Amino acid sequence: MSRDQEYVLRTVEERGVRLVRLWFTDVLGQLKSVAISPAELESAFNEGVQFDGTAIDGFSRVHESDVLARPDATTFELLPWAKEDEPSGRMFCDIENLDGTPFEGDPRQILRRNLQSAREQGYTFFAAPEAEFFYFASGDPSLGKPQPLDRASYFDLTTSDVSSDLRKRTIHMLEAMGIPVEYSFHEDSPSQHEIDLRYTEALDMADNVMTLRLVVKKIAMERDTYATFMPKPLNGVQGSGMHTHLSLFDGETNVFHDPDDEYGMSETARRFTAGILRHAREITAVTNQLVNSYKRLAETSEAPPFVAWARNNRSALVRVPVRRKNKAESARIEYRAIDGASNPYLAYSLLLAAGLRGVAEGYDLPMETNVNLFELTDRERREMGIEPLPRSLDEALDVMEESKLARDTLGDHVFEWFLRNKRAEWAEFCAHVTPFELERYLPTW
Amino acid sequence: MDALLVFPEPAPPELAQALDMGGWVWKGASDIDSARRDEPVDGWPGAVVVAGTDPDEAFRFCRSIRSGDINVESVLLLINGGHLASLDFRENLFADFCIHPFHPVELEARLKHLFRRAGRAARAEVIEYGPLAMNLETYQAVIESKPLDLTYMEYELLKFLASHPGRVFTRETLLSRVWGYDYYGGARTVDVHVRRLRSKLGEEHANLIQTVRSVGYSFGTSRWV
Repeated sequence: MSRDQEYVLRTVEERGVRLVRLWFTDVLGQLKSVAISPAELESAFNEGVQFDGTAIDGFSRVHESDVLARPDATTFELLPWAKEDEPSGRMFCDIENLDGTPFEGDPRQILRRNLQSAREQGYTFFAAPEAEFFYFASGDPSLGKPQPLDRASYFDLTTSDVSSDLRKRTIHMLEAMGIPVEYSFHEDSPSQHEIDLRYTEALDMADNVMTLRLVVKKIAMERDTYATFMPKPLNGVQGSGMHTHLSLFDGETNVFHDPDDEYGMSETARRFTAGILRHAREITAVTNQLVNSYKRLAETSEAPPFVAWARNNRSALVRVPVRRKNKAESARIEYRAIDGASNPYLAYSLLLAAGLRGVAEGYDLPMETNVNLFELTDRERREMGIEPLPRSLDEALDVMEESKLARDTLGDHVFEWFLRNKRAEWAEFCAHVTPFELERYLPTW
Repeated sequence: MDALLVFPEPAPPELAQALDMGGWVWKGASDIDSARRDEPVDGWPGAVVVAGTDPDEAFRFCRSIRSGDINVESVLLLINGGHLASLDFRENLFADFCIHPFHPVELEARLKHLFRRAGRAARAEVIEYGPLAMNLETYQAVIESKPLDLTYMEYELLKFLASHPGRVFTRETLLSRVWGYDYYGGARTVDVHVRRLRSKLGEEHANLIQTVRSVGYSFGTSRWV
């Protein structure tokens, strides 16, 4: 028994914890939970908790269906929303095969493997997401168009509205769970909010994103409202993304920083960015995995559907934030396509792999793009060498299917399962008659 | 470390809480037989006996544990102010007494005094600094008597910092002392955990951990300056 496991056992005993929730994530990024009693905790640490994975997306295999959940003691947190008379805690789990090898369908293990390979090259990978989401009166689609809770807008200081109160409560709960919040504010659209997390190492951050999504929804539900990370829930107003800041460290040193460069970018930063740009189209099916994700990317203001980079250009896919002098440690790049309905473990794996491919092979960074790409024609953009991101899930899957980088990063099991699952989603969508069609065609034909 | 003997069982909740908060290890006994049965190999290091509405029962218990086979030297008697007179001619039954209901600070002072003199501390190792207390035996930390929910690494980092108030540590030192040299995360990990600790300490106490510009971190202030 390791010391961190002993710590958990002792805390469970001292605090009278009644239930320990073991959390893990399926391939589509949905949080799953198995609850055990404190009496079973020691054996969960020693032997893992065996369960049948067949019902879990991406976990089923042809042969055996049983897998082991191994709780990660370093992630133990008491749940601040548990009732006082029934304290409960949670731990994230790594999923293993019965022979103790990492289970190939477990997104957390996939990110672990990719972080390990970065580590072997001397790098640790940090991420900081900006999570956008909407509060609605209800999450029931049969009630028609979702109703926002307010009509406020970007950075509005709204005094007494429900949604700002919800956001405040959410932040308190996140902080209580050791998830520091950097900024939070009211976003552009009615009832749309943003919570920016302070950077951590990518595995912790993927865990944090899973916790954040749960906490945001939970707090909303307590007040009989509904929170959603759906990328584009409303027509005519900006959708929700999850812009993510990325940086690489070698020990104490931010290897993206170069004080002598006019952009403050090191050679590594340029190559990493070049890697992300070159492979962006291949990883879009994962960073933007819903049919609906492409409705956000198709809008013409905030979402960046063009493969380009810049310091201050909202139409570019990668932004390199301008820093104050001597802020070496905050050197980073911001990937703007990703949305909050993605699986953070898989998305971070692919972003890291794409960037490191650029570093390893010495990709050249294209010129900065300072024009508003939305205002150019397709031909003008083509002449500048600027490609669009895939315009639909279908196109994104086509590009992904040809990507060796995506296959190697995710592993065959998840790569193939994901393509199969998402092809089916696309086929269903194609056969579905939408309100758009009814509104437009029924009266005229 | 052996437990203090506490009579009666169950102990009054405010006493149990005060003992727990103070980091004392203790065990309740409902009568002399259970005190005999649960006696540690080296004997009880001390006892806290509550004389409630019927002090005679408590006196009988004291008499049994101060004579014969058990023989507990350090007995702290908690007695109701109205029964003080009944202590006359019973001085042989206790080493010290404290008025009940007690003031937690007074109780703590008497416990420390009595059991340090008794030579065998039944006290778990505790780190205290201002509103913060950490019980190293049970891995629990409290701030203003409210439990802090910490992960293992947050606990270890806070323990290390709070053990050295006023000293400035570089990130590298913290990394090697708290995480161990082979930790891969780099010094950035320290910043992340300090930020997490501050958010759990809450706004009011976040400044217990100070950032020392371009050096590292320190906790509180030294008692020697």
